Amino acid sequence: MTASSTNRAGFLAIELDGAGWDGADITRAALAAEWAGFHAATFTDAPAPGRANALQRAAFAGPVTQTIALVPEVDTVYTEPFHVSTQLASLDYVSGGRAGWIVTAAESPEAAAAVGRSSATGVALGQEAAASIEVSRRLWDSWEDGAVIRDVVTGRYIDVDKLHYADYETPADFAGAGYSVKGPSIIPRPLQGQLPVLAPASLLGEVPVVAVDGVLVSAPTAELLGAEVRDVRARVGASVAVIAELGVVLDSRGQAAAARSAGIDGGRAAFAGSAAGLTDFLADLLKKADGVRLHPASLFVDLEELGRLVLPELRRRGVLRPVVQDGTFRDLLGLDRPASRYATAAAAPAAGK
Amino acid sequence: MTQHIRAKSDIFTPSGQLQFGVFFQGVNSGTIWKAPESGSQTDFESFRRIAQTAERGLFAAFFLGEGLRLREHLGRPHALDVVGRPDAQTMLAALAAVTRNIGLVATQNTTYNDPADLAHRLASLDLISGGRAAWNIVTTDNAWTGANFRRGGYLDHADRYRHAEAFVETAKRIWHSWETAAGPARRVVHEGQHYTVDVTARLPRSAQYRPVLFQAGDSPEGRNFAARQADVIFSAHPKFDDAVEFRKDLVERSVAAGRGANAVQIMPASEFILAPTAEEALEKKEWVRSLQIGPQQAIAYLEQFWGRELSSYDPDGPLPEIDPVVEETSETRGSGFHGAKARQLADQWRAEAKDKGLSIRQFVTSKTARIDSTFTGSYTAVADQLAEYARVGAVDGFNISPWLIPTGLDDIVNHLVPELQERGVYPTEYRGSTLREHLGLDTPVRSADEAVEPVRA
Ligand SMILES: Cc1cc2nc3c(=O)[nH]c(=O)nc-3n(C[C@H](O)[C@H](O)[C@H](O)COP(=O)(O)O)c2cc1C
Repeated sequence: MTASSTNRAGFLAIELDGAGWDGADITRAALAAEWAGFHAATFTDAPAPGRANALQRAAFAGPVTQTIALVPEVDTVYTEPFHVSTQLASLDYVSGGRAGWIVTAAESPEAAAAVGRSSATGVALGQEAAASIEVSRRLWDSWEDGAVIRDVVTGRYIDVDKLHYADYETPADFAGAGYSVKGPSIIPRPLQGQLPVLAPASLLGEVPVVAVDGVLVSAPTAELLGAEVRDVRARVGASVAVIAELGVVLDSRGQAAAARSAGIDGGRAAFAGSAAGLTDFLADLLKKADGVRLHPASLFVDLEELGRLVLPELRRRGVLRPVVQDGTFRDLLGLDRPASRYATAAAAPAAGK
Repeated sequence: MTQHIRAKSDIFTPSGQLQFGVFFQGVNSGTIWKAPESGSQTDFESFRRIAQTAERGLFAAFFLGEGLRLREHLGRPHALDVVGRPDAQTMLAALAAVTRNIGLVATQNTTYNDPADLAHRLASLDLISGGRAAWNIVTTDNAWTGANFRRGGYLDHADRYRHAEAFVETAKRIWHSWETAAGPARRVVHEGQHYTVDVTARLPRSAQYRPVLFQAGDSPEGRNFAARQADVIFSAHPKFDDAVEFRKDLVERSVAAGRGANAVQIMPASEFILAPTAEEALEKKEWVRSLQIGPQQAIAYLEQFWGRELSSYDPDGPLPEIDPVVEETSETRGSGFHGAKARQLADQWRAEAKDKGLSIRQFVTSKTARIDSTFTGSYTAVADQLAEYARVGAVDGFNISPWLIPTGLDDIVNHLVPELQERGVYPTEYRGSTLREHLGLDTPVRSADEAVEPVRA
């Protein structure tokens, strides 16, 4: 996509963790992110205290926002793939086609104990993620476009020829307990046809590159992030969006970033400093990556600085993609709306007629 | 011990009030999709429109059902009825953003969910909505739904409610595990036959303490379960005498469960066909029925029970004289019908239709249309009728299924609600901001035996 396109401008996502669970705060955060000009808002999910369900927070933000993509993290290991698929499809409906999915594979003994399963590690994590993505994608396609026909003459609400069983079975070498999912979905095809699926680079391998639309790239320090982005780009090619993960803490309200940086996640590359410094850093990073996801140290404080000083300047320099009114998340990523995999199979013989 | 709890009152006292809920049905034959004014069943705008109209009419609750596998007909997905619906909690989270007061009720089954996960998601919806969430507990009585889940069809029919009860107890313990409103939470451990849970709640209590619990299910086991666990029953008994009977039965069961006579409220499923005059309402009913049960629907209905194609039969003629194919009728069609009884039922139906002089279409309409749950008449006549329910306490309210989306509540809110308000049997404002307050339910009390290890943070 973007690597081959002439426009090298990238997009910016912001992680809205820290907005809390109160509806008014979620609205405030999502609107502030949209007004600031962010292209996407993401919602972290992990079994930590104080965090409401990410998908529900994204759904709540759906009707109150207009253009920003809403992308929750949803675990694949301790969830039911059928539920995950319909929940995400529903998010696409309530956001008017602005939904995406950040696939996570919880390496969490607590999450395992909560649902009475033994904890998955190593290869099993990637396998669970791959299976869950495949189930969701099949279920999203299991209603072809236009399956709801509402044909008064024949009395048919749906055309059953456009509904398909997903018939998914986990592969023979599946590390966890194998399972199958029958289908079809219980909800018509999502507005985008297929939601964009993003996964952390660490899951690639068990999760095939063709299964994802974007890869989230992390590095231990900001200095190493550019190199890591280049490495991942070489692995995934031009057709998958490469998105850099960056913690951010800015000088704000007379307080130096250094004094505020206590809140920053130790494991993730972070930028601490002035808005001007961050602007230069992002302008450079956006030449290598398709997009950057920012994790502000303090949501509302840093969001204000970003919206006031950083995004306008990046836009002026032409390194940010324009925000498209009424666009889908697929549009943002430069992805076409795909036909259902089942439609292609069914259409082949018909084409010969 | 029992004595102490009994003090809550053995005697049922009618509140003299009614409340409304709206049941936005996702999969059904009752919602008319053939009329030009019928809107989308999946677009968010339809849900928003219905929810906001209901809120304008001071409805207590907005309901979404659940079905986790498409119904089939002769081995393929059923083609004739409305089908396809969003995930309940995702939709309700979005509706929370565009409503202020109305309760948000998600039907979620206990067989294909994990208690810790479901409790967390419901707590999440409850917080996001400012204390307006409820869980309509259902048990899904068909194993074929299991084909969509990791656990498969793992639960015996007989085990459904035992499992459901342990599930709900576990969810309640998770919601009750807070020392104070802000924390810390105590660890909740459950080791049962079907699952093990070891979890520390991640979210504090909501403005209404925990989600309100509805139950839908009608067997004796289902009613006992509701009497022990639920705040409200979504019942299938709206006809007056039947409703009174159901109330008596439930009062006995909830007193026996030690929860007092007024512990569980009742809201039957219902349909309203209203107009300024009785004549117009009857005309409207004809129109509604003809669009609900068209010729194809009538034949398909019989096909479910006959287990064979009957398309050569005239919908306006008599019931088929051929016999059902017994082997091919099975539960996988979702009708819950058992093959062995097919021939007997066919004989019975043929006799009944002949007796009453009914065509296939008329007969199927009489079997399927919500005959029992329909209130037809002028606004004033129906308001009088409902006021009588309120006076004797037959029900606490009605859960209304609109037969038209998205305008199906308009005449109820514009005309019936004001008539009821004039009669003093319907609220004139929301009582508070939470669903629990709208329904006038007590704040739940945590019993001492729910205490579990406090967790050190
Ligand atoms: C009014 C009413 C509404 C119901 N709605 C649903 C629903 O949306 N989804 C579902 O799976 N079951 C639904 N049920 C079915 C019940 O959960 C239950 O499985 C069924 O009634 C059988 O239980 P029982 O044997 O106790 O009656 C509903 C039942 C009633 C009475």
